[in-house]
Amino acid sequence: MSNKVAALGAGARRRGPWSWTSEGVAAAGHGLALAGLALAGAALLIALAAGLALLVRLPAYSGPTSHGGLLRLLFIAVVIPGSLLCIRRLAGLTRSLAGKWCGVPIAVPYRPMPGGEGASPWSLLRRCLRWLLADPATWRDLLWMAAGACVGLVLAAAPAVLVLAGLRTMTTLHPFAHPFSAASGAWPAFPHAAVLAIPLGLAAVAAGLWSGPRLLAVYGLFARTMLGPTRQADLAQRVDHLALTRSESIDTGAAEMRRIERDLHDGAQARLIAMGMALDAADQLLDTSPAAARALLAEARESSIKALSELRGLVRGIHPPVLADRGLAEAVRALALDMPLRVHFDSELPGRAPAPAESAAYFAASELMANVSKHAEASQAWVEIRHGSGMLRVSVTDDGNGGADPARGTGLRGIERRLAAFDGVLAVSSPPGGPTVVNMEIPCALSSPKTSSC
Amino acid sequence: MRVVIAEDLFLLRDGLTRMLEAYGLHVTAAVDNGPDLLAAVTKDQPDVAIVDVRLPPTFTDEGLRAALAARTEVPGLPVLVLSQYVEQLYARELLACGTGGIGYLLKDRVLNSAQFTDAVRRVAAGGTAMDPEVIARLLDHSSADRAVATLSPREREVLGLMAEGRSNAAIAQQLVITERAVAKHTASIFLRLGLQPSDDDNRRVLAVLAYLGR
Repeated sequence: MSNKVAALGAGARRRGPWSWTSEGVAAAGHGLALAGLALAGAALLIALAAGLALLVRLPAYSGPTSHGGLLRLLFIAVVIPGSLLCIRRLAGLTRSLAGKWCGVPIAVPYRPMPGGEGASPWSLLRRCLRWLLADPATWRDLLWMAAGACVGLVLAAAPAVLVLAGLRTMTTLHPFAHPFSAASGAWPAFPHAAVLAIPLGLAAVAAGLWSGPRLLAVYGLFARTMLGPTRQADLAQRVDHLALTRSESIDTGAAEMRRIERDLHDGAQARLIAMGMALDAADQLLDTSPAAARALLAEARESSIKALSELRGLVRGIHPPVLADRGLAEAVRALALDMPLRVHFDSELPGRAPAPAESAAYFAASELMANVSKHAEASQAWVEIRHGSGMLRVSVTDDGNGGADPARGTGLRGIERRLAAFDGVLAVSSPPGGPTVVNMEIPCALSSPKTSSC
Repeated sequence: MRVVIAEDLFLLRDGLTRMLEAYGLHVTAAVDNGPDLLAAVTKDQPDVAIVDVRLPPTFTDEGLRAALAARTEVPGLPVLVLSQYVEQLYARELLACGTGGIGYLLKDRVLNSAQFTDAVRRVAAGGTAMDPEVIARLLDHSSADRAVATLSPREREVLGLMAEGRSNAAIAQQLVITERAVAKHTASIFLRLGLQPSDDDNRRVLAVLAYLGR
């Protein structure tokens, strides 16, 4: 990260007098390419419209023959979805180029293709058509194809046109560009224009180069209004995400409750029953066989100790007391102390995160550290906890043999799910041979630390 | 021997008082919160204070803080902290606060009254009583340590009991070996870990705990 910042700084320092020229040339070229892309889209749109018009008028001159029906079928089944997908490809290319060249990243607004019953070609086609036609983003793509061509030509191609026109002015109007007429001593037809040719041409080239990057940025913004998701689509995507994470966290919660119920049933409850039975038997044997009664009492005590230890384990899994007592940083420090390898712990947390976020971060860190000691064969680990710009950040790094893959292990996927409920994210970098770096971020605010009386 | 107890649950406070009285220890005050504990230790000047980690009003680590505060109020006051769960973090904080007269045990240990009162007496006499669970985790944590890895299983056992704060005699009794055998083991352990041997029990315990907690 810091390397990247340093590189950017160096780039800014290196800006020489020629950099704006090369930037301008690049921008003019990019603008030309984008304008070409817009034109291609417009051509596709015109072809589609022409095809559609032809199809509507088809019965008028071909009569009710089977050819007309076949053509119509072909058009609906192949041409419409095909060209719509083509337009999506073009729009997608424009989006990625706008991000790369104009510095305006554009999110993809399409709805995901719905899964559904029926695998026959017909139902598949129906589903595909409904998916394509019902998505407002499709119609906005079409609108962009129409509007983008005009605006694209003006905005994106203008710098290139200016530069080329300037160059042409200089080469065609200047007297030295016509050696024959200069040699014969005769001025070209417009001497005033010829005198002005060089400054005019230079001005046009300069204007083209200067405006290139700026117009490109404007074009990017324009493309975003049409190709980017609308606020409504944004909200719809957000609702989808929330529905998914909500149902996942409800599932996780329910599974957790079932686990706790099972643990209590098989553990502490069973021990308490055994204890009660042993006490009852001891009570009956007390007079006749004190020695046997004593043995049973010892057994009852053993049961109570085991029940306590199982309850302790259970509580630790639900909400570790040290987390409640001391907060995230100290609780993770306590985890680090229990690790069977050297853990360098560092934290800077000026307050307490909300309890649910704290708990999610704690269990995620706990799982990550357990992974390190189980799988990584690491000799050292580094754990860092920070908070800044509304984000709680936890990173766990180890010098082990790497190769951790969120797609394969259920553990990392589980952490992702847990964090997703808080809009948190997990990033794993674990090349074969290590090191493994896992970063997680949870958006949350910190409350000011409690002041204690002691 | 005079004892002050701070425990918020009535049943436990009462049971603890009765058990200690049965073993001939005199409970001068049994309170249920931190400020009362501070008042009782300054007034009664007991030989040892037994404190639960969780006390009102926050029911977090109030008791631990109260115990540490009591130790600054009455310097050198032996303190035995009881808890439903043990954390190395808290063990370290207790050990860092002055030398000797520190105990940190799971509440389960009161179920073995003989061993528990033994631990109370040990702490009152300026010794150490660390819960076996704390020590087990310390040993786990040190399993990557090369010197600890060279110890024989028997030596590891002795090291664990030594870290709990047991004397040679107590270790010998627990492992059913002679005291001379224990002394041989401890000498070997100190040599392997590169620690200065010491006749003083308490200094020995602290050296071992410091080594394992590195």
